[in-house]
Amino acid sequence: MIFAKRRSVLATLVVSALCLALTGTPATAAQADGAEVVIKDFMFSPVAVKVKAGSRVTWTNKDDEPHNVVSDTGLFRSSAMDTDENFSFKFDKPGTYHFVCSIHPRMVGTITVE
Amino acid sequence: MSKESPLQSRRNALKCMAYGGAGTLFVLAGGVFTPVDLARAAEPSTDPAKQGTPLFVQISDTHIGFNKEANPDVNGTLTQTIELVNSMPRKPALIIHTGDITHLSKAAEFDLAQQMMSRLKTTELHTVPGEHDTSDATVTEYFNRFGKASANKGYYSFDHAGVHFIALINVLQFKPGGLGTLGAEQLAWVAADLKGRSASTPVVVFAHMPLWTIYEPWGWGTGDADQLMSQLRRFGSVTVLNGHIHQIVRKVEGNITFHTARSTSYPQPAPGVGNGPGPLKVESNELAKMLGVTSVSVLKHPASLSLNDTTLASHPSLASIS
Repeated sequence: MIFAKRRSVLATLVVSALCLALTGTPATAAQADGAEVVIKDFMFSPVAVKVKAGSRVTWTNKDDEPHNVVSDTGLFRSSAMDTDENFSFKFDKPGTYHFVCSIHPRMVGTITVE
Repeated sequence: MSKESPLQSRRNALKCMAYGGAGTLFVLAGGVFTPVDLARAAEPSTDPAKQGTPLFVQISDTHIGFNKEANPDVNGTLTQTIELVNSMPRKPALIIHTGDITHLSKAAEFDLAQQMMSRLKTTELHTVPGEHDTSDATVTEYFNRFGKASANKGYYSFDHAGVHFIALINVLQFKPGGLGTLGAEQLAWVAADLKGRSASTPVVVFAHMPLWTIYEPWGWGTGDADQLMSQLRRFGSVTVLNGHIHQIVRKVEGNITFHTARSTSYPQPAPGVGNGPGPLKVESNELAKMLGVTSVSVLKHPASLSLNDTTLASHPSLASIS
């Protein structure tokens, strides 16, 4: 039964992905001068960042595949970043900012500005 | 309706594999795919009525601007694709591109792609964008060049040779988790577009991301595609063509045939294999077998469409891509 077999492989993969998500790097402590987010293996790392108001956050793509960073409120939107390209945005106001890679929208992350 | 015996079909399928992995011609009759080998279809003596009328060729995922290991020469493979299409003995009247024309949505990439595709010997080129075509900061580069057909909405329809074509966009909005989305506005437009059309009209729907869920963890699907399919089910012949995943996956559900095309740029892993849906590096002599186009013919009796996948490796003069 090919379908049954595929389904169990799929289930294993989903479980593995969940385990990864649970053991992933926790949010870093608030940083004064800014923060770096590395994009690698189709993930933002760290996935949640805390910074102080006025800080600059820089995203750098370390994948062979392009990624971009798009704020869900339209506050910021990068161009597609090829390998080793980066994008920065300065966060002036406290709040929680969600972003996504519009090329691979399962890739999401959060910036918390204190 | 094809009357081939299973044995004959199997023999044909095997012959087809012997044809250098060139792909299989699938005749769709009454909603059932029957494989016919490419070598036989290529013979001039074959009854043209059985081959059907060449309707269009689908090109997908040209990714102009990509320059990584998986294919350092995407311009070269697109050029070879264009030569392959131009050398087809029965030229299609129109060509569709199912998105990811460019890799990084850069103006220079779009300009080069347009310049290259202008060499296609065809009267019409119809496009839909991929997510790689809408990744610029302003989401304008694609629409500046290809937006006219849809008044910059990204979706539109047209008729050709008695077939109704619907071009859709599913790369601008996303559901949490990453599946593509058509959205309520576009779905309402499809309903209006289909209203009053005869169920006997063959319908071709094309969009970049698969319009059925192939692998959800990688976002290989469209979250609200069911609402589209419920509108298409009453038609006797529906062909749904997508790109995005750089490999052929096909499914038949009632009268609806789903088919994803190979890319002309680089292969991607099978669903769920490896770290993610990135470019797949293969041996250089394997690459040409994993790139190609889909050509679609219309069969008059009964009115239905046949799909034929051709790789770059199948073309004698193009067999040595490195």
